[in-house]
Amino acid sequence: MRSRWANKATVLHVGVIAVLFALQFVLPEYHHVNLARVMVLASFAMGYNIAFGYTGLLSLGHAMFFAAGLYAAGLMAQFAGVSAAGGLLLGVAAGLALAAAVGCLALRTTGVSFMIVTLMFAQAAFLATFYFGEYTRGDEGFVIPSHLRHLFGLFLAEPATRYFVALSLFALCLAISFAVARSSMGRVLAAIRENEERTRMLGYNVFLYKLVALTISGAMSGLVGAAYGMLFGYVGATFASIQYSIFPLLWVLMGGAATVLGPFVGTLLMFYLVDISSGFTSANMLIVGLALIGLILFFPKGILGSLRERAAPWLP
Amino acid sequence: MVESVRPKRKQPVSGVTRRKALVGLGGAAVSGVLPGFVRYAQAQSSAPIKIGFQVHRTGIGASYGRWYDRTTKAAALLINESGGINGRPVEIIAEDDGTDPKRGAEVVEKFATQHGADVAFGTLFSHVVIGSAPRAGELKIPYFVVSEGHHVASGMLNRYTLQPGITDVKSQVQSMAPWVAANLGKKVTMIYPDFAFGHDHRDYFSAAMAAQGGEVIGKIAIPPTESSFFKYFPKIPRGTDVLYHVMVGPGVLTFVKEMGEFFGSKRPEIFGFIDSLEAVNINSPGLEFLEGSYFWEGNPRYAQAQSTKFDAFYRAKVGVDATGASVNDPKDISTYAHMFGCWETLHVIKQGMESAGYRGPGDRAKLIEAVESITDMAASQAHPQGAKLFNGKTHQVFGHQYISQVGGGKLNVVHRTAIEDGFYKDEVDYTSQPL
Repeated sequence: MRSRWANKATVLHVGVIAVLFALQFVLPEYHHVNLARVMVLASFAMGYNIAFGYTGLLSLGHAMFFAAGLYAAGLMAQFAGVSAAGGLLLGVAAGLALAAAVGCLALRTTGVSFMIVTLMFAQAAFLATFYFGEYTRGDEGFVIPSHLRHLFGLFLAEPATRYFVALSLFALCLAISFAVARSSMGRVLAAIRENEERTRMLGYNVFLYKLVALTISGAMSGLVGAAYGMLFGYVGATFASIQYSIFPLLWVLMGGAATVLGPFVGTLLMFYLVDISSGFTSANMLIVGLALIGLILFFPKGILGSLRERAAPWLP
Repeated sequence: MVESVRPKRKQPVSGVTRRKALVGLGGAAVSGVLPGFVRYAQAQSSAPIKIGFQVHRTGIGASYGRWYDRTTKAAALLINESGGINGRPVEIIAEDDGTDPKRGAEVVEKFATQHGADVAFGTLFSHVVIGSAPRAGELKIPYFVVSEGHHVASGMLNRYTLQPGITDVKSQVQSMAPWVAANLGKKVTMIYPDFAFGHDHRDYFSAAMAAQGGEVIGKIAIPPTESSFFKYFPKIPRGTDVLYHVMVGPGVLTFVKEMGEFFGSKRPEIFGFIDSLEAVNINSPGLEFLEGSYFWEGNPRYAQAQSTKFDAFYRAKVGVDATGASVNDPKDISTYAHMFGCWETLHVIKQGMESAGYRGPGDRAKLIEAVESITDMAASQAHPQGAKLFNGKTHQVFGHQYISQVGGGKLNVVHRTAIEDGFYKDEVDYTSQPL
């Protein structure tokens, strides 16, 4: 039974990537670029999901990991002429290093304290972008020079290239999430989320597992931050602000925490909810708020989380 | 050989044969059941020019956005009343950018690829401009900003981004220095927000004062999260002749109130940028301390004795009274020092499109070149703030600045700078970039 479920899940996830690949040939121009952006942001949400969904670490500071990657790629492009490939690697390294360092300190706390500590670290990172305004241009930010936005000779601002790179990033993050969800480590993370004391009693080094989860999550966020800068050409402090820590939380909650595809579903729905509602009213966040309330009432575990509970127990 | 000659059929007097009449009637009948044909034929001549308006409806820029919106609508109405652009009406398609650079970029994409807008226009906050401009350049949609940031003329952006309706901060700050040094004092302490906008003021004003033989003896940066300012005032050096302030955001009223409590009746000369108090009544409780102090204004909020007929016309069209408030609500204070930029930019778009013979998105490159070729803009109904000079290489306009003194509950203009006071060396030549 488990093997049949695993096959179903593999087919579903490969199928989603295949559909996303095919969509680029039929989507109108506007939705083409939207979907590329959604795939990048969903990759950020998948990184967040490793910490929050699978391990139960409710971080309010993931914007700092995203921004670490964004600024690592952007500043090195701006001041050292590092192009996209180097920028992406630097983004991973920055996200990973920052997450490991923050994790060593913040994981000494749990629950609400962990939320507050991560929030404070993120606020410090946000203010650092202002403090070093001579280089970062603070709130204004800066534009990454076009000639450095090339990956293996392909210009990342070209719509087809951007879509393909966004899809590749999405597929990579999906594969990592899928692998973590199905691995023995993933089961330990779930055990920590459900009952940390019992997991510790069983002999697992809970701190180390949580640190590894947060570090993977931070590295993914850093990679996505670097990719976002390279794909859309802008680096600015807004991406280090609190709202970019809240967004991945909302996307994951909406799609379904601890589901591999939930972050994508949540990001996609939230993106179009904002996009469409803003065409009718400036109170679009009120509509988003009402949608979230409705979601909590009718899909308390998010869309895919509730679907898994009610109809598709094989969903990872 | 006999040449047969067929007699010519007699032509009707009107020149319309039965056959022609039948063909015409048939055509009319067919076109009657194919209404799309008629609409298409009409669209070639009278389809609206679509202008995507990126507006700060929400977020920190909302108070500016509200007035940018009203000014834009008034300008579009005037343009349409006077025949539109190239005989076509102007349609403003407004989208909220949330004063957010990510959303701003998405909105520009939406204008270009979903709404089919001819140009994008309007935004104020620098981070939204800088976040959106790369996408405008990639989508090759002309992006007319009303931001007053130096980012356009600095060369950071691209050939598709232009600022023809409002001067930039470097020009504004630089042109203040000669008057400040000559009339208020040569030793200045600056208090500014510790982010890019404040840093621009710090750097450009320091250099401009040095050029006037003055000196900035104190530079006090206020962190963006600060809500109380008492601890910063003791840092103001003794011997300060002029206190230069350019605070923005919700803490402005607290800042002024606490400054008044700190100095009491013995204060240095005070010079500020009206950005601090745009959309705020100068007679608000707590602002009494500003009596006698000076402000930069991009356009004088209070109607002056020397105001032009163009200003009076513009004021009436956008619905602002002689005190700078809405004619419908005296408590609703306009962002008068900045919003003229929307009015003037729309008229530059009109001038550029008519000069380029603009017909559709295929002519966007021609539009850019046409705007780049504009130089002089005379004071007129299209340019009520005053005459201007546009630099096609840097995509930046230069114009007069105003210095006003607070007195009797009003802002009274005491000096108008020359356009040349704001000139600086070109930092970019966008015309060398491909279209």
